[in-house]
Amino acid sequence: MSVNALYDYKFEPRDKVENFNGMQLLYVLWPNHLMFCAPFALLVQPDMTFGAMVEEILKPATASHPDAANADFLAAQWLLNDEPFTPDADASLIDNGIDHKSMLTVTTPGLNGLAGAGF
Amino acid sequence: MAVKNKKLNLKDKYQYLTRDMAWEPTYQKKKDIFPDEDFEGIKITDWSQWEDPFRLTMDAYWKYQAEKEKKLYAIFDAFAQNNGHQNISDARYVNALKLFLTGVSPLEHAAFQGYAKVGRQFSGAGARVACQMQAIDELRHSQTQQHAMSHYNKHFNGLHDAAYMHDRVWFLSVPKSFFDDARSAGPFEFLTAISFSFEYVLTNLLFVPFMSGAAYNGDMATVTFGFSAQSDEARHMTLGLEVIKFILEQHEDNVPIVQRWIDKWFWRGFRLLSLVSMMMDYMLPNKVMSWSEAWEVYYEQNGGALFKDLERYGIRPPKYQDVANDAKHHISHQLWGTFYQYSQATNFHTWIPGKEEMDWMSEKYPETFDKYYRPRYEHWAKEHAEGRRFYNNTLPQLCQVCQVPTLFTEMGEPTKLSHRQMNYEGERYHFCSEACCDIFKHEPEKYVQAWLPVHQIYQGNCEGGDVETVVQKYYHINIGEDNFEYVGSPDHKRWLSIKGKSSDDKAEGSKQDAA
Repeated sequence: MSVNALYDYKFEPRDKVENFNGMQLLYVLWPNHLMFCAPFALLVQPDMTFGAMVEEILKPATASHPDAANADFLAAQWLLNDEPFTPDADASLIDNGIDHKSMLTVTTPGLNGLAGAGF
Repeated sequence: MAVKNKKLNLKDKYQYLTRDMAWEPTYQKKKDIFPDEDFEGIKITDWSQWEDPFRLTMDAYWKYQAEKEKKLYAIFDAFAQNNGHQNISDARYVNALKLFLTGVSPLEHAAFQGYAKVGRQFSGAGARVACQMQAIDELRHSQTQQHAMSHYNKHFNGLHDAAYMHDRVWFLSVPKSFFDDARSAGPFEFLTAISFSFEYVLTNLLFVPFMSGAAYNGDMATVTFGFSAQSDEARHMTLGLEVIKFILEQHEDNVPIVQRWIDKWFWRGFRLLSLVSMMMDYMLPNKVMSWSEAWEVYYEQNGGALFKDLERYGIRPPKYQDVANDAKHHISHQLWGTFYQYSQATNFHTWIPGKEEMDWMSEKYPETFDKYYRPRYEHWAKEHAEGRRFYNNTLPQLCQVCQVPTLFTEMGEPTKLSHRQMNYEGERYHFCSEACCDIFKHEPEKYVQAWLPVHQIYQGNCEGGDVETVVQKYYHINIGEDNFEYVGSPDHKRWLSIKGKSSDDKAEGSKQDAA
């Protein structure tokens, strides 16, 4: 469908990758840890390695959760844009197929948040 | 000899002031005079069928409103002179006003602009006059709300730059984009969105709890505004129902168009009201009713009767109302948890509810509060007591349509985050729900332009790369005064000193907190 308008209604998407000054957006969801109310929105370098993203960005973002200390994210189960995905920690995000505005979901077996509430 | 009565009776006056504003043009085409009337596909066969819900004449309107205004401002003056702010239940209440002033009052102004615009676009004079009158009401509401709350600005933080913040602050893009969406639609969609879906179906969820909440919490200025606006709101609601019935009766081809608008605007309104849900359950120290009770009365019962009534036009209840009904057990808690963790970037404070308040929530939300939400507060309270007040230092993903962080959970699965994703013309888009994703799919060109605050920060358009700079410079939020935790805030200290207590005392009602 398209917008019903009085004129040819066409606009550039506001969040194209070229608007991010060489960086790209990445979303990461850690299911069953709703202490973080929504998936993280991260600004990352496309040529950053996956391992560096986990160490330098994901770990600090999740550090305040009691489960974080026990989480082995690199050995966890990953989805990339809802599809099963095996990350290569030494390859860049782009070479891992993680493009602008991709979403990663990382499940850490045995770590299901606090109080049985997925929190 | 018959003397001609110089005074017009009410009916004649009304006729002169409304229908006689309409004449058949002779040297311009009607289509050129009302160019926006047809493109949405709504077919109007006979504008004379428009029944004016209130045959209020302009001169009666001015007189009546002026009297109301006089009384209203007399009470504002008395409130200020008597330091009325000292008689409220607790200073935490003022945070509801901060949210209202930045989130809702600018919408009244947006409504004024919207009605002034569509009040020019209908070829039917009755509809034009009704919209113009409502435009004036909305402008008045915006002004009187600001005046009602201005006294608080002298004594509490976070109320100093509401209109400016409305255009910039991350969570205020939720109400702003809601109205921008409506105002950039055609005139019939605007009326379906605002007059019907918002004013008629959902407005009671905003006004009744908020004005009762003001009364329960000793805020006479805001209560008085509420009374003053009540007769206007009744008129607006009646217009909302008239609009929808009129459009549906005009042509059967209008039914599917209107149904889609109802589906869209019910959902958009429901998402917007999630802010009100947390205001009701968490920000009113003296509670009126719970969000779930309000939803049951004002949507499930009243809305249920309404949609039963509209069945004869071929209209069904809004799509995804089952999701909204289920969400009544959750959204206030999910929203408060979100604002609690992002308090560093808001113009109001948040806090852990006190023990009595949590017990109240256990009673009002027997299925969900103790199981899913109490443990969060207990954990955060413990963290706070140990000197680690929880803040989320990473920005959240936002929904492309409603612009709320994608924080909601799936229906029937309160621990599973609801998230949808799709590709459109080579770009990825993310949504909080199937319903928002549906809205996008129908008009993708509209939402690909969305000004999402998180992405704007990351693009470098908000005067800084870090949250602190953005909050201070771009949002005009005074760090350490307007934002962060309530306990120990300048507002909290000021309130304790008003009440003659030392700042070592714990916050009233927040006895679990480590003050």
